[in-house]
Amino acid sequence: MKSKAKFAIGAGIIIVTLFCLAWVGAQQSKTYYHTISELPTLTGASLHQRLRVGGDVKAGSIQHLSGRVDFVLVEQGKDLSVSYVGTDPLPDTFKDGAQCLVEGKVTPDGRFVAETVQAKCASKYEAAPAQAQPGSESGVSDRKS
Amino acid sequence: MDLFGSYALLLAFALAIYAIAGGIAAVITRRPLLIKSARNAGFAVCVLIWLGMASLVYLFFTDNFTMAYVAEHSNRNLATFYKISAVWSGQEGSLLFWSFLLSIYVFSALFAYRGKHPELMPYVGVVLAAVQLFFLTLNNFVASPFKVFAATSGGGVMHLVSQADGHGLNPLLQYPEMVIHPPVLYSGYTGFTIPFAFAMAALLGRYPGEKWIHLTRRWTMIAWCFQSAGILLGAHWAYAVLGWGGYWSWDPVENASLMPWLTGTAFLHSVMMQEKRGMMRVWNVWLVFTTFLLVIFGTFLTRSGVVSSVHAFAQSSIGRWFVGFLILAIAVCLAAFLKNRDYLRSDNQLDSMLSRESSFLFNNLILLVACVAVLSGTLFPVLSEAVRGTKISVGAPFFNRVNIPIAMFLLFLTGVGPLLAWRKTSVESLRRNFGWPLLAGIVGAVIAVAFGLRDFYVTLCLLLSAFVTFTILSEFYRGARVISARTGSNLLSSARQLTMRNTRRYGGYVIHFGMVLIFIGICGQAFNQDKQMDMSAGSVMTIGPYRLHLQNFDSDQQPNYSSERATIDVDQGGRSVMMLYPQRRFYPSNEESGTMVAISSTLREDLYVVYAGRSPDSNLPVIHAYLNPLVKWIWLGGVIVVLGTILALLPNRHAVLVMSPATESAFVPAGAQPARASISARAQIPRDND
Repeated sequence: MKSKAKFAIGAGIIIVTLFCLAWVGAQQSKTYYHTISELPTLTGASLHQRLRVGGDVKAGSIQHLSGRVDFVLVEQGKDLSVSYVGTDPLPDTFKDGAQCLVEGKVTPDGRFVAETVQAKCASKYEAAPAQAQPGSESGVSDRKS
Repeated sequence: MDLFGSYALLLAFALAIYAIAGGIAAVITRRPLLIKSARNAGFAVCVLIWLGMASLVYLFFTDNFTMAYVAEHSNRNLATFYKISAVWSGQEGSLLFWSFLLSIYVFSALFAYRGKHPELMPYVGVVLAAVQLFFLTLNNFVASPFKVFAATSGGGVMHLVSQADGHGLNPLLQYPEMVIHPPVLYSGYTGFTIPFAFAMAALLGRYPGEKWIHLTRRWTMIAWCFQSAGILLGAHWAYAVLGWGGYWSWDPVENASLMPWLTGTAFLHSVMMQEKRGMMRVWNVWLVFTTFLLVIFGTFLTRSGVVSSVHAFAQSSIGRWFVGFLILAIAVCLAAFLKNRDYLRSDNQLDSMLSRESSFLFNNLILLVACVAVLSGTLFPVLSEAVRGTKISVGAPFFNRVNIPIAMFLLFLTGVGPLLAWRKTSVESLRRNFGWPLLAGIVGAVIAVAFGLRDFYVTLCLLLSAFVTFTILSEFYRGARVISARTGSNLLSSARQLTMRNTRRYGGYVIHFGMVLIFIGICGQAFNQDKQMDMSAGSVMTIGPYRLHLQNFDSDQQPNYSSERATIDVDQGGRSVMMLYPQRRFYPSNEESGTMVAISSTLREDLYVVYAGRSPDSNLPVIHAYLNPLVKWIWLGGVIVVLGTILALLPNRHAVLVMSPATESAFVPAGAQPARASISARAQIPRDND
């Protein structure tokens, strides 16, 4: 019985320690998923969170500027102006009409500053008919479907 | 041929129903003829699935573009080699492939134990057929790979329409490893069905003793070996193809493959407690149930789009089927357990904290905590949405913070566990067993710190790695010395004899050593460097000791793709050491591009050069170079893990006279009294065989 109790105490310590570590790790790396239409409603602290937003790249909106790339994401009729400021080259799949996932923060004037951009063209793994694929990649569309 | 395949699968479906119904009737009535008939139905299901698979492969090889699945995943110019992997590159084909691999296991298990264990096998047959039935339902009615393109002509008559060419295979999958990785990983996934079926059968049939564990030990190890190799091949594929310089990103799909591996590893260790001490019966049954459920869950994760992932299949309604099956499976597991749990009572209790048992308990606890952490991190968006209404994802820091300490603790147990005696270990024997290895570890750590190492976890990992390596070596040395003293042969051949006499034990040590190499390789990550530059012909980039001179760009036209290639001359200390050719490829059939990373790999470090694309600013080609130390150790460790598993699968040469140092060395100075040692060993040996 004594050994069993000792084991239980050891196990308890391990689990609590790891839980604390997990909590710290979660605080460090959590990213909030939002839809474009939700962004204007965010207030206070939630404006400073790291956000992830998805949408389709509006045709003809991609502009290469010095130090950044601007484009517009469309999701359910709502537009969002995005500036990509990252140093990595944009993925090849990033083009007009591509499903796109951006991570970054919103500025006070409502522009989204993205540090990473993921894009996938409609036929990545499944050649699904045109828009019949509400993005396994796009957390935003996931919520609506 | 298309009809042939779909008929075969349909027939397999019908026969699987018979195998279940007939099997249940056989279990109840115990009529030999019925038992035999249900088993034969099981065989037939497998053969029919093979025919279905063969027919799909044939359709791919003959470029039959009336088939929707073929047209979507292949094209005429695709190399023959990749037409094989195209078969399982999509949802439907990969599910059929699942059924196919499972049917190989099922056939082998039914065949190997035909006419044996009449109390157990009918139950096993039913459980296996039930799992097969689920996948056959998907293959036939939910995601059939045998759909054709058809059109209705004037008189309302349907006729087949053939496409001129297919959409082609995703370029990311056009890489040799992608032909091997899915079969290997799926073999791991599907293989865990066998121990699950036996555990469930033993529980349902109240099959006496630990027989099912002996029966499934090899099957579990085979599945585990495939799973390990599959995970590492996947990591290597990500490393060599995706071009971001790493091999593991805690992506949901990666996590899906890791979770059953964690519980499977826990199971492989905790079964020893049951075999040797009759403990942990409930725990083992649940571990193997959990492993199977995680296998199904992992298959579900990659196919349902529940969580976003870089390489998940498209979202589809198929997820509901998996959820349904999971709920059903959990219900069956629970019901079987509740009904027959008295059958699982333990013989023994934990005697001491300083014992082999407690090291196994901690090993299991830790592996399970790791699994829970990975699971909750993977499902974080789903869970947070359910609880707080907002989707929140967590990234690598979450997983690393939890799993790195866990990995360190596991490494520690890897060194300590095998040297602890069953029941109770004396402090004196601890001192004797661990003195030198611990010293080696500390010396290793001191040297590392002296050389400027400051990262806590890396130092700890190196210390533990040295410690574990020394305990493993000393185990071989101790045993070999005894044999050498008795037979007069030299130490090396004694070590070989020792290994062959107890392959399970010493194969296990080899696997542990492979894991140590993998850990060392992962440690290298702490020293990764990378540099990115817009480069034109003549530019130079310096990374670590290397200078990369970009010489020129050229382009090339292949039947299936066009490519652009950079030629980079690498010099080290003013001497040209190699040429690297990072490439970008463009595949017209599906308008996608892919990178071919140039990697120069040595045991010391990998120089990893990616032609990343065009700079958004200057439109110049961007070259991204990484210097990743020790990566090769991971792949090398993986090979050793696989070899160790194969070794552990071999039958023991003689089941006599093998030392079991953990128990006897606590009392007898090793080698001093071999006669006594062999007696204590003999008592244990028969249990090592199955």
